[in-house]
Amino acid sequence: MPRPDKTPRPKLTRTSAFRLTLLYTAVFCVSVLALLAFIYWSTVAVIERQTAETIEAEIRGLAEQYRERGLGRLIEVVRERSGEGGDDDNVYLLTDPLLNPLAGNLSRWPPDATAQGEWVQVTVFKSADGKTEPHMHQARTFTLRGGFRLLVGRDMSERQGFRATVIEALAWAVAVAVALGLAGGAFVSRRMLRRVDEVSGTAQRIVAGDLSQRVGLTGTGDEFDRLSESLNAMLDQIERLMTGMRLATDSIAHDLRGPLTRLKGRVELALRRPRDTDQDREALADVLAQTDAALAVFDSLIKIAMAESGVDQAELQPLDLTALARDAADLYSPAAEDQGMSLELKAGDAAWIRGQPQLLAQALANLLDNALRHSPEGGRIALRVTRDTAEVEVSVADSGPGIPEADRRRVLQRFVRLETARSGPGAGLGLSLVAAVAKLHGAELSLGDNSPGLMVSMRFPAVSPAGDGVDQTG
Amino acid sequence: MRLLIIEDDPETADYLRRGLGESGHNADYAATGPDGLVMARDGDYDALIVDRMLPGLDGLTVIQSLREQNVGTPVLILSALGKVDDRVRGLKAGGDDYLVKPFAFSELLARLEALVRRAKSDGHVATALKVADLEMDLLTRNVTRGGQPIELQPREFRLLEYMMRHAGQVVTRTMLLEGVWDYHFDPQTNVIDVHISRLRAKIDKGFDPPLLQTIRGAGYALRAPS
Repeated sequence: MPRPDKTPRPKLTRTSAFRLTLLYTAVFCVSVLALLAFIYWSTVAVIERQTAETIEAEIRGLAEQYRERGLGRLIEVVRERSGEGGDDDNVYLLTDPLLNPLAGNLSRWPPDATAQGEWVQVTVFKSADGKTEPHMHQARTFTLRGGFRLLVGRDMSERQGFRATVIEALAWAVAVAVALGLAGGAFVSRRMLRRVDEVSGTAQRIVAGDLSQRVGLTGTGDEFDRLSESLNAMLDQIERLMTGMRLATDSIAHDLRGPLTRLKGRVELALRRPRDTDQDREALADVLAQTDAALAVFDSLIKIAMAESGVDQAELQPLDLTALARDAADLYSPAAEDQGMSLELKAGDAAWIRGQPQLLAQALANLLDNALRHSPEGGRIALRVTRDTAEVEVSVADSGPGIPEADRRRVLQRFVRLETARSGPGAGLGLSLVAAVAKLHGAELSLGDNSPGLMVSMRFPAVSPAGDGVDQTG
Repeated sequence: MRLLIIEDDPETADYLRRGLGESGHNADYAATGPDGLVMARDGDYDALIVDRMLPGLDGLTVIQSLREQNVGTPVLILSALGKVDDRVRGLKAGGDDYLVKPFAFSELLARLEALVRRAKSDGHVATALKVADLEMDLLTRNVTRGGQPIELQPREFRLLEYMMRHAGQVVTRTMLLEGVWDYHFDPQTNVIDVHISRLRAKIDKGFDPPLLQTIRGAGYALRAPS
């Protein structure tokens, strides 16, 4: 069915709910029809059989009278039954072989009846309450010994009345079903349309630029609420990403424009100066170093963006965080000792998690870089890996100045450097990458007080070495 | 070295050719995948520098076709794609090393030299390494200099082994991080220098001449002064 490209508000009759209701109504009508047809046919069959049996019994009785007591008695009996006191619903006719009526309430022998024992339909006009109406009779004809013919029939208008009743019931049932179906369809459709309109209205306001809009919930927890909840969760995520992106572009503008401007200035200055090999080489080395710093910022930003956009789950593999921490401690401890600090690894047995080894190693390296940078001489840095059945925690604690509680959330954002740390190297991306890596691994990142110093910890869900679930063995 | 650069960006290619030329190497240049494939197959090169994104035929396909045709020339892949699985895919396609753009020229040169050297020495498995009077037995894990035993931590042993396997060549910090620690990123703290100076204290202190040299702006080299 062709659909117009734009339907700002679909008509009631175009909604799927309405169509569904119509379909249900149709199915309901068909079942009512089938049910009534079944009742009708089975009832009619019973009535017909009973009629036939009654007639058969009567004919048998009459034939017996004739056989035992002769024609006179038969005529007498037929008269008796078809006369004033007899059953009004029955018709009888007894004729001689030349079809002259002898007794009965039928005026003449039906022309198509051969009296071979077959069934015929006889229409008799009866008057009741001053009206003359045709009554259909089901009759059986029969030839007696001596060529006399007998016809016994029963009024079938009762059956026709029953048929009329059934048809009437059918018509009513269908009419009521259709009416209810249409009304119900309209009601349900209008309700659904209202909810859909609400969602699409919200969507349109969001498209218009207000990303803070959310779809309202009715609180019934129905399918629309569930859909709205999913949509709202999606919108939350989009808003977070948008905010993150805006922050990133702002930060790039701020933190890369600076170094690049200095770089440009350095080159311009060197070019204006008279040629001097030593000074020129020094300027070039400086330019190279600044370029490397800018590229490092780019590199970190790309890594954060990749970690935040989520790595393919297939890239996460079971890995031993203890081994990873041991490698990191091994790499950093000579540097720490050189700066008069101690780096201590506190780790026990293998601690398995699902992760991307390079990103995790980089996160640990960033934390150790930070700890080395902020700890005073003689400071102590501890790299710990602890595990229980459900979780593995890795933490880096230093004895530096720490981070005031109020700033702890803020430092996880990109390019945020506390005033106290402005003078040192770094672009303020280290902890944001740690945060992104933690999020990617479903790990809980927390910044705490090591009094004195900072303690950063990540709690990962533990897995068994095969990587298929929580380790239950210990 | 006779090298082939397959790279679609003429400026990068020019910069590479000039740099390699100044370092005393001879580099040819192909701008598209199909051209590069033909030249690599027919020319006798010591190593290939292949960019991943190429017009006509992408870099990995070029390398795969070469390997299928039994061309074993060592390949250094250049790529702007630096994710771990990009690297894995590159090495699986038949690349021998992977360098992410932007890179330092000294890094590229060091890696090329390591690749060519490795390709030439392929075939025999060394059980002992020797640089001047510094000797390393890879089976017993004994290290001696001038006959005197030197005690090394396991990681120091691996660091020295890496340096000895690349004896005479410039080894960059990044190569050491990759080769010894399997870290495919550069930490901000200069951790490698400290490891090198500790190793130097063990193998050079009290011996003459010093073997472990720092190459300014590039890295380190383990070699007997000529």
